[in-house]
Amino acid sequence: MITYADACRVINESRGEAVSVTTMTQTKYWNRVSSEPDLDVGIANAMSKASSVALGIALGDPGRPVLCLDSDGSLLMNFGSLATIAGMAPKNLYHFVFNNGIYAVTGGQPVPAPGVDYARAAEACGYRSAHRFDDIESLDTALPGILSNPGPVMIEIIVKGEPSTEGVDQTWESNARLPLQLRALRTRLTGSDDWGPGGPYI
Amino acid sequence: MINGVLHPKNVVAQLVQHGVSHYVTLPDSETANMYEALLAEPSVTIVPVAREGEAIPIAAGLFVAGKNPVISIQNAGLFEAGDALRGLGLGIGLPLVMFIGYRGHNRKGDTPDSAATFLEPYLHMWRVEYFVVESNDDLDRVPLAFDLARKTNQPVAVAIGTEYASEPAGASGPAQEEGGQ
Repeated sequence: MITYADACRVINESRGEAVSVTTMTQTKYWNRVSSEPDLDVGIANAMSKASSVALGIALGDPGRPVLCLDSDGSLLMNFGSLATIAGMAPKNLYHFVFNNGIYAVTGGQPVPAPGVDYARAAEACGYRSAHRFDDIESLDTALPGILSNPGPVMIEIIVKGEPSTEGVDQTWESNARLPLQLRALRTRLTGSDDWGPGGPYI
Repeated sequence: MINGVLHPKNVVAQLVQHGVSHYVTLPDSETANMYEALLAEPSVTIVPVAREGEAIPIAAGLFVAGKNPVISIQNAGLFEAGDALRGLGLGIGLPLVMFIGYRGHNRKGDTPDSAATFLEPYLHMWRVEYFVVESNDDLDRVPLAFDLARKTNQPVAVAIGTEYASEPAGASGPAQEEGGQ
């Protein structure tokens, strides 16, 4: 079994200038190691939609790799996105699923079916390839090769659950983080800062 | 009964005029002819989704990457997409035109289809501005929707209040009302 910290460290070592779209517990660990914070988006306040946002970025910027650091509970809420991604077949999308079998941020309750094999599900939907890892050495060895091949690729990582009872941060400042990150990323990707303020947070 | 027709080629022309790059959609019976018309327009990429809740997040990603998407889903699907509208539409200030199939709309207010009954109250609840398009005569409302979305950095809805007409095979260019000029 792999820890979040080790998985995020290994992924970051191979990311290059890829965009990252993270969610839930992965965001916390990714932010500690990310070498390109201007290319990071942490999808908060919209559970389950990381894979869809990542697909949109991948389609909009096909020359740049996009890494989606999804989780099993989130993906189960947006399972159809596997078929949508497979249908559009973006060669630059790498879909990681951190599988711990629980809803970690709400205290560790089990997901409805903790035994789902997300790699096989993605492959059945039509992803170009799918991989499953439960030890960090194998992930570390295989990842550079996986990321050098075209997507869409599923990389399922069996992680040690880290239940938390802290809840999700919900302040005006924390909710402003996502719109600010998205504007910064758009500026980085397009060179334009024409997306002005809007909505309740900025 | 709504008089007049809405030709999908006229709406496609509006999309092209506004530089739309991607049409993120889950087709429904009202918009089937729109889908067919878009297949003939090479400048707009169709992105089919498996569930309506994916549409706004995908559009958000496309916009972040510098593209100019719209979405097209049915009113019943917009209800399903509520949390995405909240978190990744309104919450991030996304300038997005949302074409919403107004299933059950008959202008009388006595429709038996609750998807129609609840659409406008639902848009009011989210404080989403909207325009209703029922025929070719209403198409000047589409540019208003694009302008408002850009000015406010918020999603704006265009409720399509009728089934798109079928286009005659081989037709090209903007379509006229039957019997029109």
